[in-house]
Amino acid sequence: MAQNGHNGKDPVLVIVQLSGGNDFMNTLIPYTAGVYHDSRPVVGIPADKVLPMNDEFGWHPSSAALKDMFDDGTVAVVQGIGYPNSSRSHFRAMDIWHTCEPVEVGTEGWLGRATREIDPKGENVLTAVNFGRGLPRALAVPGVPITSVGDLENYGLMTGIDDVDQRKEALDVFKQMYAPAVGTGPVTDYLARTGLDVLKGADELKKAPAMYRSDVEYGDNAIAQSLRDVARVHLAGLGTRIFYTQHGGYDTHANEVPTHPQLLSDLSGAISDFFDDLRAHDASDNVVMLVFTEFGRRIKDNASGTDHGTGGGAFIIGDPVKGGLYSEYPSLDPKTWANGEDLAHTIDFRGIYGTILEQWLNIEPTEIVGGRFEQISPFVAAN
Amino acid sequence: MGDRDLALAAHLMRRAGFGASRGELETLATRPYDDVVDDLLHPERFPDIDTDLCDRYYGWDSYHGPAVGWMYRMAVTGRPLQEKMALFWHHVFATAFFKSEHVATLNRQVEMFRRVGMSDMRTILLELSRDPAMIYWLDNNENVSGEPNENYGRELLELFSMGVGSYTEQDIKHASRAFTGWTFAQPIPLYPHGHYDSRFERRQEEHDDGVKAFLGETGRFDGGDIIDIIVRQPATGVFIARHLYTFFVADEPQVPAWPIEPPRDPEAVRTLVAAYMESNGDMRAILRALFTSDFFKEAQFQRVKSPMELVTGVMNLVGFQAMPEPGIGVYQSAVTAMGQELLNPPTVEGWHTGKEWIDGGTLNERVNFAVNEVGDGSKPGIVEIVGRVSGSGSELSPEEFMTVCLDLVGPLTVGAETREALMAYAESEGPLRFDTEEDEKASGRRIVRMVQLIVSSMEYQFG
Repeated sequence: MAQNGHNGKDPVLVIVQLSGGNDFMNTLIPYTAGVYHDSRPVVGIPADKVLPMNDEFGWHPSSAALKDMFDDGTVAVVQGIGYPNSSRSHFRAMDIWHTCEPVEVGTEGWLGRATREIDPKGENVLTAVNFGRGLPRALAVPGVPITSVGDLENYGLMTGIDDVDQRKEALDVFKQMYAPAVGTGPVTDYLARTGLDVLKGADELKKAPAMYRSDVEYGDNAIAQSLRDVARVHLAGLGTRIFYTQHGGYDTHANEVPTHPQLLSDLSGAISDFFDDLRAHDASDNVVMLVFTEFGRRIKDNASGTDHGTGGGAFIIGDPVKGGLYSEYPSLDPKTWANGEDLAHTIDFRGIYGTILEQWLNIEPTEIVGGRFEQISPFVAAN
Repeated sequence: MGDRDLALAAHLMRRAGFGASRGELETLATRPYDDVVDDLLHPERFPDIDTDLCDRYYGWDSYHGPAVGWMYRMAVTGRPLQEKMALFWHHVFATAFFKSEHVATLNRQVEMFRRVGMSDMRTILLELSRDPAMIYWLDNNENVSGEPNENYGRELLELFSMGVGSYTEQDIKHASRAFTGWTFAQPIPLYPHGHYDSRFERRQEEHDDGVKAFLGETGRFDGGDIIDIIVRQPATGVFIARHLYTFFVADEPQVPAWPIEPPRDPEAVRTLVAAYMESNGDMRAILRALFTSDFFKEAQFQRVKSPMELVTGVMNLVGFQAMPEPGIGVYQSAVTAMGQELLNPPTVEGWHTGKEWIDGGTLNERVNFAVNEVGDGSKPGIVEIVGRVSGSGSELSPEEFMTVCLDLVGPLTVGAETREALMAYAESEGPLRFDTEEDEKASGRRIVRMVQLIVSSMEYQFG
C-alpha cells in the first residue's frame, strides 16, 4: 500500500515510554520567557546554555543528538500533549495513556487492540514485542499473544539449564506438558496456549542476536541497550510491527539538576544510534517511533526538582516523518495555568494515537482510542 | 489428621500459609486436622521473628526494603496464617507506595494488619480508618467539615466492606461527613531526621458534628458509629465471604463483577456469611468455618498461585533457611517480575488475580525461577528429595521414579499430557539405580532434572 512512502514494507511502530513524567519544560525550553526563569530558580537552564531552535524555544543542552535529528527534519515535536483533568498519580496517569480510558478503569490496552487488528488470528506471536520486565497494560488484551522479553540474549524457557542437550530435552517435555488437552477448562487452555506461545516466540527471537551485525556502538545504558534489542529484532525480519520499551527515572522531584540531563543525554544518543543503525541496514524507511510520558511537571520548581504536573510533550521520529513543531506550546501566561500551577494541554493524546494508527499503521482508530480526536499530519506524503 | 492425609496438609499449608517442607507436612499429617487449624488460628502460641537484619541490609529508601523484610517473614514465619491474613488485607485494602512515597507509615499499616488481621471486622475497619497510610492514600486528611472529600467514604463502602449496590450516593456523602476530621499528625520530615511514621489524630474543629442519615439510621454519627452500622449489614458478611473464598478457596471473578456474577459456590458463601453473622464478624470464627469445611478440603489446585505464593512455595520446597542476608532481595525481585509488587499494588482495587497473573512474560519468569531454584542440587530441600528417592529402593522403575517425585514436590496431581511427558523423560534412561557410586550420581542428577520438569508444569502454577 505504501501509503506513507515506506516502500511497500509493512509499517512498524516503536514506542518509547519515559516513565515517571518527563519534564517537558526542561526538554523543549521557552528560554526567552522571563516567567520560565523566574519559576525555576534551581532547575532552570540559563538562556546561554540552551541549544536554540528559534527565538522562543531551545533544546536542553544534553539533547544535542535529538536537536541534530530535528534539524535533519525527522523529528516531529507534539507540544502540549495531554487530556482533560490530568491525573497526577503515576499509575493512574500511565493507565489512562495505556487504555485511553480517562474515567473508568480500563483493562484493554490500545496497542493490544491495534495488534489484534494487524494479526486477528494471532498467527505471529511476535507481531508485538515488549522489552522489559512486566507487560505494560498498553499491550494487554485478553486473547492477544504478546511477547515480553526481559533479556534478549537469555529470552526463553529453561535458560538456566546450561547443557544444550539437557535444555533441549527439558523444552521438549515442556512442549508436551503444555499440549492442548480436551475438557480441562478455560484457565488451563489459556495457560497451555501461553506456554506454547512463549516457546514459539523464543525459537524465533533467538535468531535475532545471531543474525545481527552492526558498526553502530550503542551507549552503555539501559535505553540504548533496549533500542539495540529493538534494532536486532527488527533487522531479523520476524514480522514484528509494534515494539515497546521503557526508559525509567523521570520522576525528578529531587536532584533534577544532575539527574535529568543524564536521562536526556542517554535518550537522545540512544534514539540517534538506533536510527543510524537502521539506516546503515537500509531498514529505516518503514519505522516510526513515538516517545511519550505520563505527564509533564510543575512549572515552578521545588528548590530541588519539580513535582507532578500535566501538559507534556511527545516526539514522533523517523525517516517517514515530516519534522517540525506540532500543536502549540502551552501558554506561559499564569492566568491560563491549569490548577493555577501547570501547563494546560493543547492537544489530546488520543488524537496523536489516532494520527499514528490511521496515517501510519492504516488502522481505523475510533474504537481503539474511544472516539474521534483532532489529528496532526506529521508524515511525509505518499509518493 | 487421623488418615495421615499428606495431600490435605500440603493443601492447608499452601492456602493458610506459604507452603511447608516435607518434614513439617509429615508431622502435621499425624495430628488431628482441626488441631492444626486451631494452631494456625492462634499465632500467639508460636514465637515471632524479627526483621531488623532485613531493615539493616535493605534500608527504607523505597518500599523495596520493607517488602524484602515482609517476604522473608512470609517464607520463614512460625505464624503462617497471621502473615497470610496480613497479605489478604493488603490485597483488599490495597495501599501503594507510589502516592505517599512514605515507607514508615506503609510499614506501620502492615504491622496493623498483622496485629488485628484475625480480630473482628469492627476492629479491623476502625484501625483501617485510623491508619495514616490509608488516610493519606484516600485523601481523608482533606476531608473536613464543610468541604468533605468523599474518597475514603466511598471506597470504605464500595471496596472495603459492602460492595456496589448495597448503599446509595447519599449514604456515601453522610458516611464521609462522619469521617471529617479523621486525619494524622504531620510526620517528622524524612530529611534530615530519617524514617518516622505518623499518628492518627481526630480534630474536633474539623469534624462535622451534624446529624447524618446512614443506611436507614439517623444520628450525630462519628466514623466509629458508621463502622458499627456497616459491620452489622449482611452485605458486609457476603462481601468478606466472597473475598475469603477467592483468596483461600478457589478463583472467582473479582470485585467489580460481584453485583453481576453469582458466586461459584453459593452454598460455601452462605456458610461463611452465617459464620460472620453468628460471630459478629469475628475473623477467627469465619476462618475456622472455612478451613474445616468440605468445600475447602475439596478445592485443591483450584487457584492460580499468586507470585508471592509461587515464590515462597518454591523457597519452602528447596528448604530456604538463610538468615535475612543481602542475597534474599532476589526473591522479592522475582515476585515483582511476575507482576506482584508487594507494598505497591497498581490501584486501590488491588491486583488482578487468578488467570490474570499469567501472560507470556510472567509465565516465563515463573517457570524459569522455579526451574533454577530447584536445579541447585546443593539446596537442603533438594538434597532431601534426592535422599528420599534414593532411599525408597535399590532400583526404581521409571513409573516409580516419576510417582515418587510428584509426591515429594506436592503431592501434585497432574493431567494426562503432563504425566505422559514426564513418563517419557523417566523412561529415556531406564530404571533409576543406586548400586554403584556412579549410578547414584547419575540418578541424583536425573532426580533433580525430574523435579525441574515438574515445577515447570502447568499444574504447578496452581495451588
